[in-house]
Order: sequence, then C-alpha cells, then structure tokens
Amino acid sequence: MSKQITVPFGPQHPVLPEPLHLDLVLEDEKVVDVIPTIGYVHRGLEKLVEKREYTEYVYIAERICGICSFIHSQAYVQGIEQIMGLEIPERAQFLRTIWSEYSRLHSHLLWLGCFADSMGFESLFMNSWRLREHILDDLESTTGGRVIQGACKVGGVRRDITPEKLDEMVKGLKTLEGELRDLTDVFLNDRSIQHRLKGVGVLSKEDAYYFGAVGPTARGSGVAIDIRETGYAAFGKINFKPVVEQGGDCYARCAVRAKEMFTSLDIIEQCIRKIPDGPVDMKVTGAPDGEYFSRAEQPRGEVIHYIKGNGKKNLVRHRVRTPTFTNIPPLVTLLKGCQLADVPVIVLSIDPCIGCAER
Amino acid sequence: MTFFEMTKTVVRSLFSRPATLMYPAKPAKKTNLSRGHVSINPEGCITCRSCQRKCPTGAICVEVKEKTWEIDNMRCVVCSACVDVCPTKCLTMETQYRAPITSRGARNKFTVAGPKKREPPAAPPAEKPKE
Repeated sequence: MSKQITVPFGPQHPVLPEPLHLDLVLEDEKVVDVIPTIGYVHRGLEKLVEKREYTEYVYIAERICGICSFIHSQAYVQGIEQIMGLEIPERAQFLRTIWSEYSRLHSHLLWLGCFADSMGFESLFMNSWRLREHILDDLESTTGGRVIQGACKVGGVRRDITPEKLDEMVKGLKTLEGELRDLTDVFLNDRSIQHRLKGVGVLSKEDAYYFGAVGPTARGSGVAIDIRETGYAAFGKINFKPVVEQGGDCYARCAVRAKEMFTSLDIIEQCIRKIPDGPVDMKVTGAPDGEYFSRAEQPRGEVIHYIKGNGKKNLVRHRVRTPTFTNIPPLVTLLKGCQLADVPVIVLSIDPCIGCAER
Repeated sequence: MTFFEMTKTVVRSLFSRPATLMYPAKPAKKTNLSRGHVSINPEGCITCRSCQRKCPTGAICVEVKEKTWEIDNMRCVVCSACVDVCPTKCLTMETQYRAPITSRGARNKFTVAGPKKREPPAAPPAEKPKE
C-alpha cells in the first residue's frame, strides 16, 4: 500500500466560483477519502429575520443566493402566504412561474459556462455566457434587476408585464432556442467533451436516494424528483415532464441541465399563452401566526424554507435547507475512488453554490 | 461536418460586433425599470421616516430636528423599497449606477424641506352672545 497524503482543494481554487474546502486524502493519484469544510461565507441571514419585518425580509431572503435569487424569495413568500391563508391573484402566480423559469435558464447557462471552463473549453464558456445575457436583459426589462430581481412581495408581485412585452419575450425566446440548440449540441455530442465526462463520477440510483441528492444530481442518476410537479405557483396548470437521465455520471448531470433549459423555454411559452388578466397583488394586513415548510424547485434542486411566526411583525424562526447543502454528502461519495485530475469536473458537476449553503 | 460547423461560428464572430460594451466609455444598457441608485428631491421630503423604517439594510437615516436625509451608499442594496413607500414621491430610482467612490464613507447627506407648516387654523366663528 502506498503512502497516504492530504491535498487541500479550495477554498481558493481556479475552478471554484465560491469557497468550498475539501481535504483530499490521496493514495498516489487516487482519492480515497474526502473531508469537506464549509463556513467561509456565513452571513447569518436567518438570524436577521428577528430584526426585520416579515415584508422587508423578502429582500434579504432574495439575497441568500446570487444566482437562484428569485426562487428563494418565491419560496419564502409562499410560506408566509400559506400561514396567513392568502389566495393571491392568478396572474401573479403565472408571473412568478415565468420569472422562476427565467432564473432557471440563466442559472443553467451560467453553470454550463463554468462547467466548460472546468474542462478547459474557454470558447464554449464565453458562448454560454453570451446567450445568458439575453435572459438577463429580459429579466432586467421586466423586473428592474439582472440577477436580484426584487419582484416578489407578500401578496403578489411588484411589477406587471404588458402583453406587448410578453409577445416580444416569446419572439426573443424563439430566436434563443435555435442558438441554445447549437450550444447544447456541443455539450451533448462533442467527442472530446464526452471523453472527459462519460463514466466520470458515477453516482448510483441507490446512493443518490440514500445520501439525499436533489435536483439535477438526483435526476442524473435516475431518481425522478422534481418539486415543480407538486404544482406550486402556476406549475399545476402547465404540462411538463421532468428530465431524467440514467447514467449517473458527469455527462448525465450535464445532459439533465442542458435538456432542462428547453423544458423551461416550453414552460415559459405555455405560461405566456395561458396567463389570465387581472390584478397582480393584493393588500396584506396582519402578521403570520403559525409555521410552515415551503418547498420550491431551484436550478440546483429542492429548497425548503421553514418559517415560524407568532403573530407579530417579526418572525420567530426562519430556516433554509438549500440544495447544495444536501448535495455535499453525495459529492463526497462521488469523489471517493476518482482520480485527482477529475476532481474539478466532479465538484462542478453538482453545481456547488456555497453562498446558498451557508447563508 | 464539425469543420464547417466551426467555420460558421468563426465567420459570424468575425463579422459581428462584440457582445460586450465598452463600459464606462459607453453607458451600460438600461431599461426604464432598471434599478441604478436612489436619488432624492430635497424640496419634497417631509421627514416622515417611512423610508428609514422600510429599508431592509438600515442605509437611510433621517434626522427630523436637523431636517436632513442621509443615505449610506455602501449599505444600500437598491431594492427600491423606499421609493415604493415614499408618500410624497420625492425619492426616485435612477436607471444608471451611481458614480464610483474613491474614499471611505460613501454617505450622501441632504438638507430637506421638512414637514409642511400647517395653515393657521381659521379663526373660530364668533360666539353668539347669550341672550
């Protein structure tokens, strides 16, 4: 048996967008054990709920993550509305669905870019981010913010989209779809990418289930979990099927995200076709008294917001279980037995978002 | 074929404009709804402190006695909550970002008009002499 050595990976590493620290125990070039450490960007946002009014906290809930920001605010607001028993207008539900799918699109394009970068494919990285800019432009012209939209509020949404703008968005997405086909064609069919990804970091279906993988990490291993199917917001009125791949390797996880972008495009189009007229918000009085577990599907998987109020303006407890946090145990399983050179690709394949995981 | 696929991309990149803008030489692309920075019209402010109460980061400080309105630009997250709540609409959201700062303390203090003086109450009608 060869001698074991420990190689630190992160928190500062060229491939990591955010600070995650892994202690890799190596035997020659093979990883035999992994000790993950988080805690570099903890900001204490959950504690802040005791000092801010529940209506203002939406802005803070949105800033938990810089990529899946809209869905955080949506999940938080849904929880508050459930506790207070609010029936929000249907148009607001549809608008929330449209924006959450837009944010899924921009997150997946960002991830595809970062993933290409982790393989050393720079031009693909730039092309993914160029396409992402169209999504961000649409988000900015409808909500006012590129990545922090600030569009959700308790009782509805803060902005409405005019019918002309909705038509324009559909046309823009049609053009984008062609470009996305070209882009995903490279990710799915290019020989060098397949050579880099296929058979690397295999997570079996049993392991994915046992270690509690969520989102594309679980769906890439054949576990068909998609919280959108529970029909929150307007998802209940939309026809769609979650993308599931059976491979369980990095290629399968990449394929899930690449194909999910087209599901998102389809959902947005259906929403724009079915969106009813009417008000987009309602007057909210009183304060939440009770507790609720609110669930939503983020680009990275299922997010749970636990909210507890006691009838006062400030909430008592807010706890978030983010997808990256639950995807770390599967990541440790994935890394055991792989080669050191594959570690960057495998780490990125679960789409780690440490800002979310630590709050 | 892969070779021709690549040529298509190369030709398109050669004959199209760059995807990026020469910021700050060219101003950033902004829409009417874009949130750039908060600005105040000091004449309209009545120092009601609604913006201070609603600000999620505590960036706004209103002194009622001194009649000043102060914003800490490093704390402001440009969420536009103050603009929504302002009763006199003296706060507005500008679409362009604020200018960069070169020293510590990015506080902007404004002397504002303060609450409007009430009209002196009309003289009570003369009481009828009791008979």
